[in-house]
Amino acid sequence: MSIEKREARQPWILLSPALTSIALLLIIPLLFIVVYSFWLRTATGADQVGFYLDNWHEVLTDEFYRDILLQTLRIAAITTIVCALMGYPAAYFIARSNGNKAILLLLLMLPFWISYIIRTMSWINILGVSGAFNTFLVGIGLIDEPLQMLYNEVTVILGLVHFLLPFMVLNVYVSLEDIDQNLEDASCSLGATRWQSFLEVTLPLSLPGLAAGGLLCFVLGAGTYITPVILGGPRDAMFANLVFEAIITQLDWPLGSVLSLVLIAVLGSIVLLYNRFLGMRQLMKGLG
Amino acid sequence: MNWNFVRLWTVLVYLFMFLPVAVVVLLSFNANQFGSFPITGFSFRWFYELASNDAILRAFKTSLLLGTLTAIISTTLGVLASLALVRYKVPGSNFISTLLIAPILVPEVVLAVALLLFLNFLSIHKSFFMLLMGHVIFTLPFVVLVVQARLIGIRRDVEEAAMSLGATPIQTFFQITLPLLAPAVFAGMLFAFTISFDDITGTLFWKPGGVETVPTQIFAMLRNSISPEINALGSVMIFFTVGVPLIGAAIARRLANKQGR
Repeated sequence: MSIEKREARQPWILLSPALTSIALLLIIPLLFIVVYSFWLRTATGADQVGFYLDNWHEVLTDEFYRDILLQTLRIAAITTIVCALMGYPAAYFIARSNGNKAILLLLLMLPFWISYIIRTMSWINILGVSGAFNTFLVGIGLIDEPLQMLYNEVTVILGLVHFLLPFMVLNVYVSLEDIDQNLEDASCSLGATRWQSFLEVTLPLSLPGLAAGGLLCFVLGAGTYITPVILGGPRDAMFANLVFEAIITQLDWPLGSVLSLVLIAVLGSIVLLYNRFLGMRQLMKGLG
Repeated sequence: MNWNFVRLWTVLVYLFMFLPVAVVVLLSFNANQFGSFPITGFSFRWFYELASNDAILRAFKTSLLLGTLTAIISTTLGVLASLALVRYKVPGSNFISTLLIAPILVPEVVLAVALLLFLNFLSIHKSFFMLLMGHVIFTLPFVVLVVQARLIGIRRDVEEAAMSLGATPIQTFFQITLPLLAPAVFAGMLFAFTISFDDITGTLFWKPGGVETVPTQIFAMLRNSISPEINALGSVMIFFTVGVPLIGAAIARRLANKQGR
């Protein structure tokens, strides 16, 4: 074999373990659930192999599924907007502060490492009937009876914001860091007020970071399963809960496959739209 | 933007992030037999109970083993792949990069279902091995991102110099590239470990019956109510997932400093 040929083969040897894993554990399984979605679960509990559209028909026409999908997208959208409103100023502060940015960023990363289920559960300690907030309100005599604040859509959104906010702040921070600060000074010296120069220079230049953070918040929020179970009421199920129900509880795997594919189609098209207009590079910057 | 407003806002955001966690730690030292307010006294009682809870200790062992193996495997795969993508001209490298980070973008539930059904179709039953494979696949993107970023910063010249002095590519990798890459390898492993240690959605789908990791154990315990033990376990977890990486980061920084000299 010539040296060139050997050279050309080397990267593929290095890549093959990772690519084989991705193919075997991600790509082929995803293609496989497409096949599975056309099978049928029979009354006896066995899967009938074939090409049936029944599950697809049920999921695409039943209002129950449509409503939960819309509810999921609404919760994810509100979460994303709240994350943006809370996260942008914080990211701006970190990027423009003269203090120790490394410490501020580290503090922000800490919640990332704190167990997701612990963080989700911690809100029960805050908002529960005998939680911190109720104890405080009763203590100062504002209310006589503890309020029922948990287990509704608001607490689901609260839990999701708590989980996803660092993704937003990091992404916005990364794009703010890339902006030459002289631009702001220049616009000010040309007569813009601080606020004007923020609105017309900094904000537009940081939009890619905002979009990357928003994409992550939305996709991760819409795919979530645990938060609605712990912090939501019976009516606050999200789409991932349906998938879990179908697969683990009812063992109706063909139905679960259809539901999974609907979820991935909806969220995938959002990722594709993002990729079309902004490209994946921005997202990698924020994640790295 | 008004600077004072921004500063106040940031303080509030940090409070929002940390207060709930602080309350967990606070309540874990509460003597009260319910895992909630009012605080009736300071006590280590729930930590003792935790240490004698077999189910939790088993879950801890499972999580530690799973996290460690996940970190080793996914870092190995990630380092090799990153080397190929950064050091060689690979046709379609953009596509390959996207493929490697795809597991982040696929909703975890879907990934979990797909893998479960596929392995079941192959008559591979739920097992620790299957759980491990699942964890490897969704920690891989994070390792690739961290390692690639660092690798781009390491100058090619150093490697070429070593090779021109007669080192084989494998010698060059182990004696030049890997030491320079050590902080990123370390960070990648930590990332993979903590993500695996913390994962719950995928784990719920893949774990064989009777096997619990710490998060699924907590999840199961939460179905009853918040017991003070969960808060104590939360405190231990917080120490584990925050303390361990902080110590790790300190070590990584020392490694990097040594190289600087």
